[in-house]
Amino acid sequence: MYSEKVLDHFKNPRNQGKLKNANAVGQKGNPVCGDVMKIYLKIKNNIIKEVKFETLGCTAAIAVSSLLTEYIKGMTVEEAKKVTKDDIIKKADGLPPVKIHCSMLGVDAVLTALKNYKKN
Amino acid sequence: MKNIYLDHSATTPVDKRVFEKMKPFFMDDFGNASSIHSYGQRAGNALIKARQQVANFMGGKEDEIVFTSGATESDNLAIFGAMEQFKKEGNKLKDLHIITTTVEHPAVEEPFLKLQKQGVQVTFLPVQNNGVVDIKEVEKAIRDNTVLISVVYVNSEVGARQPIKEIAKIVAEKKNKRSVNKNTLSLIFHTDAVQATNFFECNINKLNVDLMSLSGHKVYGPKGVGVLYVRKGTRLIGQQIGGHQENDLRSGTYDIPSIVGIGEALQIAKKNRNKNNKHLRVLQKKLINGIQKQVPQARLNTDLKNSTPAHVHFAFPGAEGEAVLMELDRKGIYVSTGSACASTSLKPSSTLLAMGVPKEMIHGAIRITLGKNNTNQDIDKVLEILPKIIKKYRAMAPKGLDYGERAKPGL
Repeated sequence: MYSEKVLDHFKNPRNQGKLKNANAVGQKGNPVCGDVMKIYLKIKNNIIKEVKFETLGCTAAIAVSSLLTEYIKGMTVEEAKKVTKDDIIKKADGLPPVKIHCSMLGVDAVLTALKNYKKN
Repeated sequence: MKNIYLDHSATTPVDKRVFEKMKPFFMDDFGNASSIHSYGQRAGNALIKARQQVANFMGGKEDEIVFTSGATESDNLAIFGAMEQFKKEGNKLKDLHIITTTVEHPAVEEPFLKLQKQGVQVTFLPVQNNGVVDIKEVEKAIRDNTVLISVVYVNSEVGARQPIKEIAKIVAEKKNKRSVNKNTLSLIFHTDAVQATNFFECNINKLNVDLMSLSGHKVYGPKGVGVLYVRKGTRLIGQQIGGHQENDLRSGTYDIPSIVGIGEALQIAKKNRNKNNKHLRVLQKKLINGIQKQVPQARLNTDLKNSTPAHVHFAFPGAEGEAVLMELDRKGIYVSTGSACASTSLKPSSTLLAMGVPKEMIHGAIRITLGKNNTNQDIDKVLEILPKIIKKYRAMAPKGLDYGERAKPGL
């Protein structure tokens, strides 16, 4: 059902936790399944220097969160804005069809964080 | 690492004694029970014996037993078979009314929804917050044109036991009234007893049901075989037609190994019922007490007064069910969840919704169903591992989320 990559990130989530000195934070809930994802970003000179996540969700939601943090670390704000759910699915070596919405949740959480960053 | 299987509502392992009885019918006595030669006769004798075992299990007669491919087929045959008969007798589907509950297995729910689309009047009875139907609601729902009532004996998720005997009493009273009022429409009472078979009285005369579905693989028998009990005088039309087996109610070559298996499994289930129930109740109570002691805000959804001794259903707000299930799996513990994340439809469990459990709670639903082979040590292990996992995922979640009615302890 799940790829090895997804299971690996589920078992050993990277960048999990709170980021105390974050300057961009975004939280998104998925009305479809009830999962909630919170992304913390530390942006300096337009570059995402640090990323952390907190997620309430299933195997796929946790794995997507973890994968996403690794993926966007080092990106510019503009690059991170362009990340799509398909990029995440590719990084995850695929997701079961019923779990595609989990990747969307990740993208939305990052976009929310970046929107909040602008406001600051 | 010892595997601790705690998903007996999903399926059970085949009992060794059952498997031994089945074995000869694969390669040696492989005959077609409808054949006249000796191979056929040996298969036919096995069929007769299994039919006696099943009849004996439920206190019915041999010719009231229909072997099927499983409880889904039994449920479908009961519901569609009855409705086709009513149609054949000249009734219009739109003039007929049928009743079921909101906590049925999909094998009952889906046929009811299909019939509703075809114009049949359908009532889905609500349940109380412990998952049990209020018999007053049943009584109120029955109309002069009600022809079929289907109520699950035990709900598979939380283990809630429905008052089948009491409902049957109401049905009998309504039937009497009909004969006084010269209403010739039959009223058929069906129960899906799949999840009750191991634990509760399944004597059809004590339950007073007209139709009853059973499954082989929930009672330490093989998969792919079930039974529909059809009380004499209850008229159904077979849905799988062909070679006229089972009095035309279910055509298809007899699956003798499986039929032998379910016969043996039911015999053993009845013989050991009291002993197993006692054993399971002890484990169930220990598990529930342990979880409640160790996991804050755990909501118990199994009503101990109205449940099997095997079910332990909790909602753990702040820890998603599928993630907990997968982490338990890594530690060799196998359970199930009602969380939307684990379902193919992404819908949360309809049973839990019907019981009024908030969606945010269902998100963290874990169902544990004990089996006769589980031990005290198994429960110790679960109590050692499960609370840590809940704690881990709660720590991983964003803080300050509203889980809805979090303060309510459940049942």
